[in-house]
Amino acid sequence: MTLPLYGTASHSAGFRPDKARSVVRLRAVDSSAERQAADFALAKTPDEVLRAREAGWPSIFVVSDGSIDSQVSGTFDGRLVAVPQKYGYLGDGDVLGFDHSSRKFRTLFRRNSAHNSFLVTERCNNYCLMCSQPPKDVDDRWILSEIKETLPLIDLATHALTFTGGETLSDWEDFIGVLKECRDRLPATAIQVLTNGRAFANSEIVDAWKDIGHPNLMAAIPVYASVDHIHDHVVQAKGAFDETLLGILKLKDRGQRVEIRVVLHALTAPIIEETGRWIARNLPFVDHVALMGLENTGFAIANDAMLWMDPMDYGDGLAKAVDCLSAAGVNVSVYNLPKCVLPRSVWPHALQSISDWKNGFVEECNRCDEKSTCSGFFTTGRPRFSRGVRAIISRVTN
Amino acid sequence: MARFLAPEAFSAATEDLSLLPFNLERTGTNQYLVSNVVGDFIRLTEDELNRLIDLRIRPGDGLYEKTYAAHLITGTNQKAQRQLLAARLRSRMSFLQHVTPLHIFVVTLRCEHSCPYCQVSRQSTDRSRFDMSEETAMRALDIAFASPAARIKIEFQGGEPLLNFPMIKTIVAAAKSRSGKKVDFVIASNLALLDDVVLDFCKANNILLSTSLDGPADLHNKNRPRPGANSHELAVAGIRRAKEILGPDRVGALMTTTEASLDRVDDIIDEYLQLGLDGIFLRPLSPFGFAIKTKQFAKYDAQKWLSIYEHGLRRVLEINRQGTPFREFYASLLLTRMLSDRPIGYVDLRSPAGAGLGALVYNYDGSVFASDEGRMLAETGDNAFRLGHVDQDSYNSLILSDKLIGAISSSLTQCAPECSTCVYESHCGADPVYHHATQGDALGIKPLSAFCARQKGIMGLLLDILDNSPEDAAILRRWAAS
Repeated sequence: MTLPLYGTASHSAGFRPDKARSVVRLRAVDSSAERQAADFALAKTPDEVLRAREAGWPSIFVVSDGSIDSQVSGTFDGRLVAVPQKYGYLGDGDVLGFDHSSRKFRTLFRRNSAHNSFLVTERCNNYCLMCSQPPKDVDDRWILSEIKETLPLIDLATHALTFTGGETLSDWEDFIGVLKECRDRLPATAIQVLTNGRAFANSEIVDAWKDIGHPNLMAAIPVYASVDHIHDHVVQAKGAFDETLLGILKLKDRGQRVEIRVVLHALTAPIIEETGRWIARNLPFVDHVALMGLENTGFAIANDAMLWMDPMDYGDGLAKAVDCLSAAGVNVSVYNLPKCVLPRSVWPHALQSISDWKNGFVEECNRCDEKSTCSGFFTTGRPRFSRGVRAIISRVTN
Repeated sequence: MARFLAPEAFSAATEDLSLLPFNLERTGTNQYLVSNVVGDFIRLTEDELNRLIDLRIRPGDGLYEKTYAAHLITGTNQKAQRQLLAARLRSRMSFLQHVTPLHIFVVTLRCEHSCPYCQVSRQSTDRSRFDMSEETAMRALDIAFASPAARIKIEFQGGEPLLNFPMIKTIVAAAKSRSGKKVDFVIASNLALLDDVVLDFCKANNILLSTSLDGPADLHNKNRPRPGANSHELAVAGIRRAKEILGPDRVGALMTTTEASLDRVDDIIDEYLQLGLDGIFLRPLSPFGFAIKTKQFAKYDAQKWLSIYEHGLRRVLEINRQGTPFREFYASLLLTRMLSDRPIGYVDLRSPAGAGLGALVYNYDGSVFASDEGRMLAETGDNAFRLGHVDQDSYNSLILSDKLIGAISSSLTQCAPECSTCVYESHCGADPVYHHATQGDALGIKPLSAFCARQKGIMGLLLDILDNSPEDAAILRRWAAS
């Protein structure tokens, strides 16, 4: 199943007209945490609405399909948002972005999730054939402001946050400001930034990145081939390979942490053994390499005929790439591919990488002994399934 | 949605391509071995090589992809290909940041063995003539501690260094009392005099033992005569005892190859295996000291040695295939250079040469040499690598001496004739002492050099196994990995 992270509120009231958007943090009705201006009491039952009012909450967030008029109409003059029952997953400490006039909201942070990511912008200077988040050339700089507003509301115990895009470094100065906020406000939180790395070819940007001095910051950068024109074709940008590679070198030269990501599809998977060997030989100093199954959504659907390749048909090459990288001492993982389609030698590297809100299994998985440690599938877009999907039964039965 | 562009839209025009530097060697009628600046190898046919050199290549033709990934070509305006090579070269050469990490103290020239191949030892009971004095030792220590390396290794040699064990103890205590460097210690001994006093001292001071083991008893004792003809018995007992007291990885053994060893490689390897050693270093006989005088060196040539080496390496691989991890250390060293960019500053296989920059040798009488072999040459009257004396010289005056600078600068493989264009250059080294000894010239004429023939032969053999024998290749790759 896919968790709905976007939606429209059924009701809202009490927001100031001079501001287009608000960042909202949900709090349990009986929370004893210090209340801040962004905090809303989270009420899922009429009783909780009542208790929120009794407790003097000036802002209430109701999750309910029923009418709430009887509980609050006329008598409550604070801020009020009501959303349908299907957002019942929302809990204490979660943070949302709310647009006053359209009543549209996005879940920005879920305290109980290990997979929190912030979309920084939809703009990008690559135009990848398989992009799951197709870029838009729009002025969306408000998103960065919203993130800045959000960071102070995030639980200090959060293990990890990801920033994604678009190209996260499109407005690099503002974005680096955000990373500095992370450094100061969330010192125990690991930060991963998905970027095409091209901006780091500019020494000014890579120096600014280094100067953040974040204790646990990783730039996750895609490299699709060992050859310029193949990578440039995949990302639809001539010269991208050179800039991306230069960026990786400059980051490592300054002691910054780098992950290389290779998305596997019909243009990259048939050469994954060569790519893996090339990374092992030329870039063994990167901190992690992730070889990733394709998320069949966004542009990947439009380019399905060009990109789809059954993982069963590239398993051998993938195993050799993993073997070669491991032998060179490179930390390598395989993402987004269920164990049943992977050679056994790859299993120790196969991680449960798919974000909780878009992770699912098929009926066959219920009989599988490996389900509890398997990546399962993306539920987004138009999932395509390998012919190799079948339950793994480890017991020998006669 | 914008339109997506076809692959051809991302191809460089031929005029925008440039060649990057590479070396090559013909390996067959239509086959070339080609290496880039950091020594990655690929094989090309003659036609492919000609097309590469003329830049008659296009994205999608296979040769473009092969040569781009191997860093033989770049887009003229691209930077990453060159920067990547620069970064890798810098890593490979970074051993140069650790200047003079090895300091060899010849605490005595006396020895109770009388090996015919020995390059230096004296059978003498005259302590005053052939033992290092405390005064000399302390001056040598001053020099060692003046070297830039933050971590140094002090190796005790002889003669048989345990014949002057008191001086070893004095030097270890003095080195440990000085601050500013981390110091490791090694004693190179035949172990005939090893006793519990020595072992306890080694254990207390975390000292490594390095010994000689030439093979089974008959061969070893023939090579290494001593009163009682029990060298082998004592060495084996010493190795066992040292493993027990100091730990299995705290004692190593080295073999010396003689004419008598040539048909016995399997026996020698088995001897090492039986003793539980984790590998063997198949070494040729060096052309120094008594070895030249007694004509031992001339008795077998490079090609013969190579066939012996190959036999030995294949036996070692067989042992691994049968499930016992066991290495040939010279192959391990070369493979690490060939398959990774880890900086390998091995004294005998680097350029700039390891003489002085990698090691200094303090002889018993206070003279300082650029290498152990340089000391051996001096024993036969050739002072070409005698850099000075502890009484008159400082670390700087030794390292900046005309002799050392001359030998190192004239032997750089990066610009030497034959070497600079050699397909194996990245993984080889300058050996000015060897070439001085054999050709009277620190640079040497490489086609006449047995050193060169051995290097090319071994690397060619290793490449052949890597390319053509998958099971053995996997073993070799493991050696390079750690």
